Amino acid sequence: MATVLEDRLDLAIRQVGSTILGKEHAIRLALSCLLARGHLLIEDLPGMGKTTLAHALARCLGLHYQRIQFTSDLLPADILGAAVYERQRETFVFHPGPIFAQLILADEINRATPKTQSALLEAMEEGQVTIEGETRKLPDPFFVIATQNPAYQIGTFPLPESQLDRFLMRIQLGYPNAQAERLLLEGEDRREVLARLPACLTPAQLHEAQARVTGIHAASPLLDYIQALLTFSRQSSHFRGGLSPRAGLALLRAARAWALLHRRSHVLPEDVQTVLPAVVGHRLHPSEDHLEQSTSHLVERLRAGVALPL
Amino acid sequence: MMPWNRNNRPKPEPPVELLTPQALIGLLAALVLAVGPHARELPVWLTALFAAVAGWRGFIVIRNQALPPRWLLLILATLAGAGVLLEYRTLLGREAGVALLTAMTACKLLETRSLRDGVVLVFLGYLLVMSNLLHSQDIPMVAYLLVVIVAMLAAQVMIHRQHAGLTALAPLWLAGRMLLLAIPVMLILFVLFPRIPGPLWGLPKDAHEGRTGLSEEMAPGTISALGQSDEVAFRVRFTSAIPPPNQRYWRGPVLWNFDGRRWTRIEELPSNVPAPFTPEGAAVEYTVILEPSNRRWLLALDLPASLPPRTSMTASFQLLRNQPVNEVYRYEMRSYPHYRTGDLTAAERTHGLQLPSRTNPRTRTLAAAWRQRDAQPEALVNTALALFREQAFYYTLTPPLLMSRDSVDDFLFRTRQGFCEHYASAFVFLMRAAGVPARVVTGYQGGERNELGGYFIIRQADAHAWAEVWLEGRGWVRIDPTAAVAPSRIQEGLYAALPDSGALPFLLRRGGNSEWLRQLALSWDSFNIVWNEWVLAYGPDRQKEFLSGLGFGAVDWGEMTVAMITALSGLGLAYAALRWRRRYARDPVVRAWQRFCVRLARRGLVREADEGPLAFVERVTHCRPDLAQPAGEIGRLYAALRYGPTISPAAVRQLQQLVRRFRA
Repeated sequence: MATVLEDRLDLAIRQVGSTILGKEHAIRLALSCLLARGHLLIEDLPGMGKTTLAHALARCLGLHYQRIQFTSDLLPADILGAAVYERQRETFVFHPGPIFAQLILADEINRATPKTQSALLEAMEEGQVTIEGETRKLPDPFFVIATQNPAYQIGTFPLPESQLDRFLMRIQLGYPNAQAERLLLEGEDRREVLARLPACLTPAQLHEAQARVTGIHAASPLLDYIQALLTFSRQSSHFRGGLSPRAGLALLRAARAWALLHRRSHVLPEDVQTVLPAVVGHRLHPSEDHLEQSTSHLVERLRAGVALPL
Repeated sequence: MMPWNRNNRPKPEPPVELLTPQALIGLLAALVLAVGPHARELPVWLTALFAAVAGWRGFIVIRNQALPPRWLLLILATLAGAGVLLEYRTLLGREAGVALLTAMTACKLLETRSLRDGVVLVFLGYLLVMSNLLHSQDIPMVAYLLVVIVAMLAAQVMIHRQHAGLTALAPLWLAGRMLLLAIPVMLILFVLFPRIPGPLWGLPKDAHEGRTGLSEEMAPGTISALGQSDEVAFRVRFTSAIPPPNQRYWRGPVLWNFDGRRWTRIEELPSNVPAPFTPEGAAVEYTVILEPSNRRWLLALDLPASLPPRTSMTASFQLLRNQPVNEVYRYEMRSYPHYRTGDLTAAERTHGLQLPSRTNPRTRTLAAAWRQRDAQPEALVNTALALFREQAFYYTLTPPLLMSRDSVDDFLFRTRQGFCEHYASAFVFLMRAAGVPARVVTGYQGGERNELGGYFIIRQADAHAWAEVWLEGRGWVRIDPTAAVAPSRIQEGLYAALPDSGALPFLLRRGGNSEWLRQLALSWDSFNIVWNEWVLAYGPDRQKEFLSGLGFGAVDWGEMTVAMITALSGLGLAYAALRWRRRYARDPVVRAWQRFCVRLARRGLVREADEGPLAFVERVTHCRPDLAQPAGEIGRLYAALRYGPTISPAAVRQLQQLVRRFRA
């Protein structure tokens, strides 16, 4: 049974990989994020395949999928839904918004006003929404894959730190390499490929995979290592404020999922190091003396600054 | 499998690395601490200049302003150099050298921006720290300098690791630990570094100037000037019975030659065996710890019968070291308080009767009258002492000035107020005029017992002058005319003998409100003597004595060098052994992994501190495809054992076996 599940996961990775060419690492990260029950933020320039990735993941995992295009005039009700008066029944009937789906693709989330952003982010945190005094549960599983343009693009409302923290990972796709790009140019339309993708996992299998993630063993030296990373981020002068306990938990969860994807029953320090940029990249901030340092630079400082406990 | 890109390391720093504000502030603080004690000797303008420049540099770094332009710096450096030259008329020597160093450090501060400049300043700082020892080597100064060294080390740590993200206290911790680790090396070097007599390299001419103390000549006022000084001249520890105060005459320069005003030494040929005399009674054994005097002569009780190493003795029982005492010097002596010296040589008789012609006619007339009454030398001595005792002579630190050529006449017949040098001088003049060979002996008399340490402190205020006359059958006999005028000076010290003792420094006074403070000072002094005996006086002789005490027998400097190098290597080996033991952890799994890593490290494949087992093995496989199979097996097994949920003893044994068989 165990190998069946892992074969299915491998299949899912291969299938998504056939749509998004040459981005296997990003796909694995995205999948482990979802297996760890985390929300995913994809940050990149337009046209890099953010939407396609989200779409392909949804199809492969067999999830009910909704896409919300965020714009500056989008209102919270457009996401959550609203009660509409129906004349025949002479009552208000709730029309659920697109948020009532298992996987939401929140496209260009930083284009919407903070008010609308917070409506989505609240749903992400609570797993439920409250509309006109009534609390409604969201489906389970519930994933949000948000995409955003880099903050330097004009006309955006950057997510505040506290809301960035709701995302387990932030990943970048980046340009494809020459070989992958050639395949892309030669091949058929991506939308058609996407439409043909079969679901690789049943809902039960997805549940099982998520349950297996929490069972991945994290040995005491590994926890020492994660604690050393957190301590270093708090003590070093390179960072303004260290990583929070929530960041530590996120790191462990993501590393567990990564280990599962690689058919391991335990977490290795390499797993932590691999998910480190995606998990802490949006949670680390340079101190005032090191403002010029890029995020990848900062994560590298953190990684290189902590020795594996022996 | 491992997508992490190892080439993704931070880019190398730009070629000119700038000092961070924290490092610069730390450096400034350490430099200010190092210059601090120099403020006592430096001219006020230079101290002010340094403080102003340090403050200015601090302001620049805090406000993030630009450094002053080059031309301004050039002008400042030229002016500061010229200022030092004007102040001291030279750029060499201790005072001018330190001043120049301070001035140039200040100028360097104003152009310091890069890491290189910082390093230069750190070493200038160490030089400034060391130069403080040219002025004082006492315990508070050394303790203070240790603190400054820690500060300077911390600044150095901050400079070199400014991007390591250290917290504020980390460099101080590190510096403190480095200093502690250096202590064994320091002790070995201190004990075993071959001490050679005299300085190892040339010290500036003025390095030892400014010491107060007995000089080699005596004129009215030279010794009474010392009466005001509570500085320690030397300390003495008796190992035999302590002689009574009236026998505690510490012999210094013997003065033969009188020009009417000034008594001076004559050239006497020193001999490297003690001058002969016939002792009567028991010997006194004692150890002298002499403060630096910048003079060659040593002090000893009347009459010295032994010679410290590299010392010679003149026929008049003066001890002369072969170079000036510029450091605390400790020597052991034996003396006989009761003695009989031999015959007078013709030269001694001539010198002992020498008088400047046509001076002090009234004194000569008086001596001639005495001689006509009774030519016996003993009688003449007694007559002279009776004169001092019975006439109205006063003992005072502040006698009237005697400026004329006939100073003895003036003293004996007019002023009749004087200090020991007046009495000794007049007495010897009288004896010579009456035909008895006589000479002036200067030195110290008495001394104060420190009850806490059981030793005697002899201060500059205990400086004294007395006379010796040569009597047929007894040889040279000490006569102290001051004892006739003020017997309490000899029995109880200067304080008891002076009516106006309120003017004395408080360490010389007795009783009163400040007595507790004086007792406190004496307690501190008993602590100091240990420092002086074991640290400052640890010269070539002390070193030999100490090493032979440890059972090394007589060692020469070559053997000492060998011993030192052996000890240092031993220390290094001990440290390496400690590291070696610590290198392998207790956990057998980790230990096996470390063995594996060490084997690969010997082949140049060093695991980085943050490199996980699989990542490392992958890199090894990449560099050495031939090792792929065994290394991969070891890496996977180690990772599973270390991070997996269960450990089976069989798997541990398998890992150990794999590592044992592994050949890189």
